[in-house]
Amino acid sequence: MRFVLKTRYGQDLDHFKHNGQRFWYGLLGAVVLALPIALSILHLDYFVGELTFVYIYAVAGVGLMLLVGYTGQVSLGHAAFLAIGAYAHVYFLKSGLPFAVSILCAGFLTAIVGGVIAIPALRMTGIYLAVATLAFSRIVEQVVGHWDSVTGGHRGTSVPDVNFFGISIFEPLVLHFVVLVILVFILVGALNLLRSPTGRAMIAVRDSEISAQAMGISLASVKTTAFAISAGISGIAGALLAHHSGYVTPETFTILLSIELLLMVVVGGLGSMQGVFYGAIFVVLLPTVIAFVRDYLPDDVGQMPGLQPGLFGLILVLFLVFEPLGIYGRWLKIRQFFSEFPLYRNATHKRQKTYLRTERVR
Amino acid sequence: MSMLEINEVSISFGGIKAVNGVSFSVEKGEVFSIIGPNGAGKTTVFNLISRFYNVDQGTIVFEGQDLTTVSTHQVGHHGIARTFQNTELFEHETVLNNLMIGHHVHRKTNLLKEIFYLPQVRNQDLDFRKNVEDVIDLMDLQNYREQVIGSLPYGARKMIEIARALCMQPKLLLLDEPSSGLNPEETEDLSFWIEDITEELDITVLMVEHDMNLVNQVSDRVMALADGELLAIGTPKEIQEHPEVLRAYLGN
Repeated sequence: MRFVLKTRYGQDLDHFKHNGQRFWYGLLGAVVLALPIALSILHLDYFVGELTFVYIYAVAGVGLMLLVGYTGQVSLGHAAFLAIGAYAHVYFLKSGLPFAVSILCAGFLTAIVGGVIAIPALRMTGIYLAVATLAFSRIVEQVVGHWDSVTGGHRGTSVPDVNFFGISIFEPLVLHFVVLVILVFILVGALNLLRSPTGRAMIAVRDSEISAQAMGISLASVKTTAFAISAGISGIAGALLAHHSGYVTPETFTILLSIELLLMVVVGGLGSMQGVFYGAIFVVLLPTVIAFVRDYLPDDVGQMPGLQPGLFGLILVLFLVFEPLGIYGRWLKIRQFFSEFPLYRNATHKRQKTYLRTERVR
Repeated sequence: MSMLEINEVSISFGGIKAVNGVSFSVEKGEVFSIIGPNGAGKTTVFNLISRFYNVDQGTIVFEGQDLTTVSTHQVGHHGIARTFQNTELFEHETVLNNLMIGHHVHRKTNLLKEIFYLPQVRNQDLDFRKNVEDVIDLMDLQNYREQVIGSLPYGARKMIEIARALCMQPKLLLLDEPSSGLNPEETEDLSFWIEDITEELDITVLMVEHDMNLVNQVSDRVMALADGELLAIGTPKEIQEHPEVLRAYLGN
């Protein structure tokens, strides 16, 4: 077991708590940088694309995690924010804005929409909020499908080419690094937020609204902020997704995408940023695995329509029942098992029930 | 002028008058206790002061400012902190973070500065942390610092909730049944802490409490409520001998 000697309060504020973390995350960073280049040299461009896809999902996941995992507001409508970001970005690019300005504007616009959505959402919690956001996402889907002049309607619209130092963004390696840089910026921003008063206020709202209010935290402003930031990040993810597919249609941003995103944060582990990445890898890899396994299954099962969404749903339910803390939670438990090796106690992570709750003021 | 003045405050839920024309005032520096049988309206008075409920009638004036029109989260910014009867801590967070959240009213940074984590944000957090450590020392919570609330026993949670309220550095502290669920030893510790809080930190305490030993030990004045009506205000001794109070508790 590692014991960290703390000699100053600032140590608790640092992103890396000790040198072990610095080493392992540094190694991870090196691998992340080297892997796509190696894959590209080996002409495995498909896998570079998959990697990019994981990072794009991770961007969206960071946004959704802030809202669901840290503020406790369920959203089943995040596909709508991705759609708004994607279409706004394409529209701005076509109007001649440079890439960086365009994607920032797209994120900002989506953040404003998210802030507006938060206003009715302030009055709803739990399942009602999920249904309301779901309705919102349906509305956006319909609007996108019918607003021909801007979105190209159901036929969709192509994404303009963008050059970085003379190389097209359609080059997998270029897109990969653009996405990676944006992901790192957003992740660091989110982590900064979480270690400062706003992030703590979000956690307070998640765990006890009544007590958050008594601490002087305004529910309205925290929820609006969380929705806006989450939507803004999702908008940027949507813009990146547009570049990844090269062509945007309303079919990309259906309810299925929202569910996939929610699945990602739940399976990864609610309330941890590491969980986003586990979840992203899981959600991106699963369809590939399903496609692979399909050929080996009996035809009746393997060729069944709806196999993929069905499996997604099943996995979501299984995680909620058996491992609510997701893959990251499971990893923490495994790590603890080995770090305490012969002394691990079986009941360490036994789930406790608490029956005490203040009479809720509602 | 008194620190907190409650004038003719009433609230009813449907046909039930939970609090009916209650008036009292709390002086700076005192420990003021509210007692009464179950359903007397004690916690409702607390919820009115912390603006979880709107008063139907009457005014609540804190340091010359009428609280009846401010929004719920503003009450903390005026310098009023509170605890809850069955504890309302942030379950999934460490004790340290719970206490850090207690500093929210002193936040001076904005969202943009926090996203980029400017030195100002860091320094602010370091200041908060110093205060947190002072409170931890005062309440003897050193052993719990890194522990998650969900794993702690009830007695510890009650103390941590008081500690969190102290982190707000309030002028007035509302304690809702601080001794409920504590064993006799912990209750005795609590009485010392309440004395420390009033004397060392110069915080006025308004407390709802059932344990008469604790009430007698720490209170300067006591108010008795029954069925939402004020029965009597006076020293602990006066209240215990007051015929109306005896009737409310024991019947005729």
